[in-house]
Amino acid sequence: MHLKNIKEIVNAEVLAYEEGLDMEILTAFGSDLMSDVLAYVEEDTLLITGLTNQQVIRTAEMLDLKAILFVRGKIPAEDVLTLAREKRIILMSTKESLFTVSGMLYTNGLKGISI
Amino acid sequence: MQSYYKDENNVAMKLHFDVIKDDFSRAGEASSKIKNTLRQLAIDANLLRRIAIATYEAEINLVIHSFGGTIEVYIKPDCVEIYVEDCGPGIENVERAMTKGFSTATSIAREMGFGAGMGLPNMEKVSDEFAIESQLDIGTQIKMVVKY
Repeated sequence: MHLKNIKEIVNAEVLAYEEGLDMEILTAFGSDLMSDVLAYVEEDTLLITGLTNQQVIRTAEMLDLKAILFVRGKIPAEDVLTLAREKRIILMSTKESLFTVSGMLYTNGLKGISI
Repeated sequence: MQSYYKDENNVAMKLHFDVIKDDFSRAGEASSKIKNTLRQLAIDANLLRRIAIATYEAEINLVIHSFGGTIEVYIKPDCVEIYVEDCGPGIENVERAMTKGFSTATSIAREMGFGAGMGLPNMEKVSDEFAIESQLDIGTQIKMVVKY
């Protein structure tokens, strides 16, 4: 699924690296636990989370993730946005909850990772 | 489990990083630098990701749990070796620390998204060889090998 479509489906605002929106991702993983993200995410996956600190960007960097979708209206601080731009990681934010966002994307054909 | 020893043979390049206790704002910088250096050496993306997970989990552990420590990376013709050493406090029960879900992390660490008890098991999972030795009041040493 194109990140552009994801943005429209969940009505998200793009916060960083908008140039990358044409890229495609295959799966999604929702978690506020970065340890679990590091343990389970292997493919080219969209990270959906309510956590907005620098470690989220670092986690995405380590795993080569292209995009992060923040839920519950969370907006990271400026230094976090700067780090994401530097690492070319797309950041989006939606007002919906993690559960609702997951349902919306799943219904539209985006699948979870296999664990 | 294997015992910890530093193999100084055939080291093509050595990287050394100091990691400071409780320095959450810089946690991940060493791993980021390691990843960038290895990428420039054209190491396969999948291996690169495993090494990045290993070093990042180790770095987070040093920040959260240790009194400070070091990460050293030995780049060799057939593998990358990662040595993590700290100056305490040591792990009381290594077997328990290696169990998925077991954690002694503080609430600050949990707020950062860590402390799920996945760090050490995850480091072992991504390594071809893994050794951990720890002594209370002395420190912990971890060796991880990722083969090409």
